Amino acid sequence: MKKQCMVLLVENNAGVLARISSLFMQRGFNIDSLTVSSTENPKISRITIMTTGDQKNFSQIMKQTGKLVETKMIFSVEPTFSLIQELLLVKLSTDKADVEALKNIIKSFGANAVDITSGCLIAELAASSQKIDDFLEAISGFKMLEMCRSGAIAMERGDVFYELN
Amino acid sequence: MILNGSEILVNVLLEQGVDTVFGYPGGAVLNIYDALYKNSDKIRHIMTAHEQGASHAADGYARATGKTGVVIATSGPGATNLVTGIATAYMDSVPMVAITGNVSTPLIGCDSFQEVYIAGITMPITKHNFVVRKVEDLADTLRAAFKIAASGRPGPVLVDIPKDVTANKTTYTPVTCAEDKADDTIDGDIIEIAELINRAERPFIYFGGGVGISCASDELRELVEKADIPAAYTLMAAGVLGYGEKNNLGLMGMHGCYSANCAANRADVMIAIGTRFSDRVALNTEKFGHNAKIVHIDIDPGEIGKNIIADYSVVGDVKAVLTELLKHIKPAKHDAWSEQISKWKLDDYIPEDSDTELKPHYVIGKACEIAGEDAVYVTDVGQHQMWAAQYIKHVHPRNFLTSGGLGTMGYGYGAALGAKTARPDVPVIHFTSDGSLHMNMNELCTAVSYKIPVITVILNNAVLGMVRQWQGVFYGQRYSSSEPERVTDYVKVAQAFGGRGYHCETPAEFEEAMKQAMKADGPVWIECVIDREEKVLPMIPAGGTVHDTIFK
Repeated sequence: MKKQCMVLLVENNAGVLARISSLFMQRGFNIDSLTVSSTENPKISRITIMTTGDQKNFSQIMKQTGKLVETKMIFSVEPTFSLIQELLLVKLSTDKADVEALKNIIKSFGANAVDITSGCLIAELAASSQKIDDFLEAISGFKMLEMCRSGAIAMERGDVFYELN
Repeated sequence: MILNGSEILVNVLLEQGVDTVFGYPGGAVLNIYDALYKNSDKIRHIMTAHEQGASHAADGYARATGKTGVVIATSGPGATNLVTGIATAYMDSVPMVAITGNVSTPLIGCDSFQEVYIAGITMPITKHNFVVRKVEDLADTLRAAFKIAASGRPGPVLVDIPKDVTANKTTYTPVTCAEDKADDTIDGDIIEIAELINRAERPFIYFGGGVGISCASDELRELVEKADIPAAYTLMAAGVLGYGEKNNLGLMGMHGCYSANCAANRADVMIAIGTRFSDRVALNTEKFGHNAKIVHIDIDPGEIGKNIIADYSVVGDVKAVLTELLKHIKPAKHDAWSEQISKWKLDDYIPEDSDTELKPHYVIGKACEIAGEDAVYVTDVGQHQMWAAQYIKHVHPRNFLTSGGLGTMGYGYGAALGAKTARPDVPVIHFTSDGSLHMNMNELCTAVSYKIPVITVILNNAVLGMVRQWQGVFYGQRYSSSEPERVTDYVKVAQAFGGRGYHCETPAEFEEAMKQAMKADGPVWIECVIDREEKVLPMIPAGGTVHDTIFK
């Protein structure tokens, strides 16, 4: 079972997300994470889906999703040639904590302490899923109050880009 | 010109060449029905007894003609009653545009009277669907719906129109509907596949509904003849090659010919055309065609590698692919292979005749003999459907209408009405059973009102035959809820609705009834009493192979 990433460029219509999630549900495909965002083209939304499964299933869901009328383009993204990034926000208690040590960990991971209020520190990290896991492991000695992380967004490196009219 | 939404709808239907629609009025579509009333000289509206019947009628109309069928229903229950018909069309790739009314836009989302989110409900059973929120979007949305329904792999499209959109006015600009040229893009290595076929010793063609949809009978026939390749069809492709044509092995799959299934099993090259390796044909995906290199040709890329992994694949319109393929196919003879198949044919199942009682194969055979090969045959679902598939001498594509993918009991009557409306010049014979007919027999009133002379042949074994057959074979003869002991008098029911009915128990009675029915100018029911122990044979159990074939 392999984690795979697909990117869809879809018409920015009401209901398009429901249609895609309904299709995944119907065909029994898992969505590990899903991110929808606007793009440089206001008529087009970009959806990044992370899924786990074998190659046959992945290829099948790519084809089925590609068939949807509102899907204008679909492609898989290989981690080797791409950035696949998530965003983490984590709130940690600074009471009785070695804040300097925490800040050092944050710095060494390239994360940011974006807010320090009322004995709480919110760290932010935009990184690969693995690096976020590692960061969470590194701060596990601190008291975590709340955590959330986004689904992945992906972009291939270099002179590869997708344009739609 | 300035028109309201309903007038725009009617005008777009006319643009698209629609002359017949099926449906049922209601509150949310009152404006639409008013526009239909004013344009009744241009568009014929057939009002059914129930929206489900209308949806099957639009489906039957589409299957019998290749044109897109249109059904109209009101919001809420009207819309939900279409669901089975839309799903039936979706599974069998039938072009259909379903138009539903909805409550006015300010009432949407308020759980208003007869409000339902039909776009959400039909998402997984339509090729696409639309909710029209502004009258300015209506015409182009409807045009898009027709285009999506008919292009590529056809399917149903639903357009949900709130009531205020049907009343609001906007500028309507007529558009001439250009005949869409079929997309003849081919993705696959034709030359490599042609070489594979040219080298084959035991080639075999397994073809499905896609060949008929693509109107590629001639190209298929040329391939079959030129390269001497035996071919067998799925339920959806009956009639694509004619009965008795050389190399037409007949139906394959669960209830297919033993010889056809043997050929599929033994072939060294299997060319699957316009078909999807469904579980009624590729019953065991590990073993189906396991001696063969498999070539899969289909217009839908999603079908490639879905149920089985083919060795070679081509994505494209079947007609375009076969035309290209034929250029590279060398004439061939496969005498040893043909001889082997002839030997298997000796073991094909042959039903027993009777002079005194009605046998299913006799009823179907005699009905076809009297109605002729140009007649359109429509079925419901169950044993009679399989008997019809097996014993009709299919000659023409678009002349056998059956719910293959969804297996919808109750499909037949509506579909037969749609077919007869589309093709009034040919007889339409609706084969059904006591089980299936009870589901939508109400459409008899439609046939009477519109004087639609469909002949309904009811194979009455007084049980749910297919369910009972499985219970007999696989469930220790525990006939759970399959012997309903109904006492319906079909002749009286037919008469009560204003039709004509016959009750037959012998071959002579049936022949006479059928001849009388052919002369009728309205609907006729012919009840044929058959034995409840009659089985559909041969049969390969689900998940089995040709080696598991049951013959008795």
